[in-house]
Amino acid sequence: MLYRETGQFKTSYKGDMAIFTIRQDRWALIAVLVFVVIGVPLIASQHVIAGYLVPFLIWSLAAIGLNILTGYTGQLSLGHGAFMAVGAYSAYNLASRVPELPIILVFLLAGLIAAVFGILVGSPSLRIKGFYLAVATLAAQFFVEWVFATYPWFVGGAASMVIDTPPMDIFGYRISSHLDNYYLVAGFVVVGALFAKNLVRSEIGRAWMAIRDMDVAAEVIGIRPLYTKLSAFAVSSFYGGVAGALYAFCYVKSVDFTAFDLFVSLKVLFMVIIGGMGSILGCFLGAAFIVILPIVLNEIAHLFAGQVPSALLTNLEHMIFGGLIIFFLIVEPHGLARLWTTMKEKLRLWPFPH
Amino acid sequence: MKIKKLVVAFCSGLVLGAFSIVPAMAADESDPNKEQFIPVLTYKTGPFAAGGSGFAGGMEDYMTLLNNRDGGINGIKLVWEECDYGYNTERGVECYERLKGKGLKGAPVFQPLSTGVTYALLERAAADKITLIFLGYGRTDATQGRVFPWGFPAVTNYWNQSTTKLAFIAQQEGGFDKLKGMKIVNLHLKHPYGIETIPVWNAMAAKFGFEVTHIPVPWPGIDQKSLWLQIRKIQPNYVINRNWGISCTVPLKEAARIGFPSDHIIGVWWCGAEEDAIPAGAAAKGYITSAFHGTGTDFPVIQDIFQHVYGVMKGNIAMTRVGSVYYLRGISAGIITTEVIRKAQEKYGVGPISGEEFRWAMENLDLTAERIAELGATNVVPPFKITCDDHEGGGATFFQQWDGSGWKKITDWIQPLDDITRPMIEASAAKYAEEKGITPRSGMSMGTDCG
Repeated sequence: MLYRETGQFKTSYKGDMAIFTIRQDRWALIAVLVFVVIGVPLIASQHVIAGYLVPFLIWSLAAIGLNILTGYTGQLSLGHGAFMAVGAYSAYNLASRVPELPIILVFLLAGLIAAVFGILVGSPSLRIKGFYLAVATLAAQFFVEWVFATYPWFVGGAASMVIDTPPMDIFGYRISSHLDNYYLVAGFVVVGALFAKNLVRSEIGRAWMAIRDMDVAAEVIGIRPLYTKLSAFAVSSFYGGVAGALYAFCYVKSVDFTAFDLFVSLKVLFMVIIGGMGSILGCFLGAAFIVILPIVLNEIAHLFAGQVPSALLTNLEHMIFGGLIIFFLIVEPHGLARLWTTMKEKLRLWPFPH
Repeated sequence: MKIKKLVVAFCSGLVLGAFSIVPAMAADESDPNKEQFIPVLTYKTGPFAAGGSGFAGGMEDYMTLLNNRDGGINGIKLVWEECDYGYNTERGVECYERLKGKGLKGAPVFQPLSTGVTYALLERAAADKITLIFLGYGRTDATQGRVFPWGFPAVTNYWNQSTTKLAFIAQQEGGFDKLKGMKIVNLHLKHPYGIETIPVWNAMAAKFGFEVTHIPVPWPGIDQKSLWLQIRKIQPNYVINRNWGISCTVPLKEAARIGFPSDHIIGVWWCGAEEDAIPAGAAAKGYITSAFHGTGTDFPVIQDIFQHVYGVMKGNIAMTRVGSVYYLRGISAGIITTEVIRKAQEKYGVGPISGEEFRWAMENLDLTAERIAELGATNVVPPFKITCDDHEGGGATFFQQWDGSGWKKITDWIQPLDDITRPMIEASAAKYAEEKGITPRSGMSMGTDCG
């Protein structure tokens, strides 16, 4: 009923190639953007902004990065935490050693440094594939942790190897409140998500998917595996690097080498798997599932405080969360994004399915 | 159709769950003007659950005691909410954001119980005007209160603790001059918490002429075989056990394996609990750690807790753990928190206390031995006094030895080597102030604000 596309004709190639070809989808997107910019500061509390939305957006960006590599190009990576760490530490060193740099440029440069590192890590991907590549990226993960735990130069000489991010100014305006941080992060995520969506629809995106589906066949039709795989690694680690920098600067504000450990790499991988491989929307859904859901479960569990032993409350969180992962993977192994697509297909035919 | 059934089952589960929440939400009404909210950050899950649960249990039992025995602090009931973050810094920050606004005037104080979360919260807490107490952990340079107005490494910090360990070794060996040429291994967890004391050991090694080797223990430290082979090669006189959770216990077993005497392993106080020694069995006998409070149940305050808290079935932890090291640390945290609130009420009037009022009271706190005796807590919390320049307040520690079944105090209070740590604290704090653009406060101490 609401979701009917009758009468919407595509009269131009431009219209046919739009990201959202259905008018209702476009409206929904605009509504979401308006909500992000105007709605959130009006209705969301400080706690929701700082505790839920900022980490959710940052992890979404990280998941987009990994999805480009694993979901679109089919290169399994367990080193995404390392790319985030490189981004975070690069941003810290750039911002504290060259204070003249505008902070947005710092984040982008940090992303580029992570991209260069990503190309290095990805270079064996031509020879080794699948699980073996995952092990190779695992090496990067441990190497980066070791470097940042061992060489004080990277942390500005701090005794505890912890970095405290310097204050951020944009055109003389000091980013201080949670809302400022939120807008900064949301800006990066909106632009990043839009860019990623267009990238995967472009020539290079199709090349990535061709490599994913069958690399030999892709090579036969003239796609260069070296360039394609390394570009996926570069773009993926660029996103990871920017996300890591945002995590350090806009969320925890103090980062040590344990902040981006193997669990972080796995966490992002789970976001991609649960959200949906090869889907930008899935990155957001997966990040919401992994980041926000445990907190919500924890808060719900605490409504029972006083009636149930407190140690049980936190274990409840883990139990229900684990149960939900299994539930969703059984219901839809292709991820939450596929559930959403199925629902949309059903809505388009509703109430007269054929 | 199977999927449909699953979805239906899931949804009905959600609905049922929602209904069962309702009675909990309709709990009895209370007067926010007569309540003091205190957040409890803890971890009852994850690899460090022994420390987190003991600490939270002790702190909550002490607050329950005040509520049940005295009707709160001057009639103001203490209420609290736990947030379990599993020693995960990101979740710790979320817990802080969740709890900071609760209560009439918000949360006055947080005790993060993790070095990582403390680092992450220092700036946030300063912006929100909320006090942070990190009882016996980092960050050490927050001792300089002129740069860190909102951070209090109360009672003793890690650097001073390391110097008391060296002073203890010197005492065992018969003087500081005997340290020359000795070999000490600093076995530390590879984690900001473990790394924090490296500079102070280097400084002491340079001053007293002993040789220190820093051996990092990879997280989480369950396998330390290769490290102990390295230690056997070095043949050190003493090994410093600076670990946390399970990694505290492993060195005791490994030392027994290579025949290293357990009474030459000196543990940090986060490695000095029953939970650390008991799993090592006989290998733990003779193991020495630093401490700043006693253990056991022979304190009047613990007897009161048995009577007023466990006697009415209101305990917050298994009764068998009452009197354990982490439990008593929680009691000491509870005593410090509530004594500061009492002090703040003297100045600002009886009622809920805000973060700023708490900070003033904390900065003017003088917890004397007499007051502690009055609370029935002699040796549960050491006497200490905070000033603008000294947010630590004490610094002295004593040493305890595991006799196979319990901890025995083996030394008197040992004073830290301030002449080594103070300049390092000043330098580190000055660097932080420069990086963050903080102007150190210059006001006078005691009675007035530090500016």
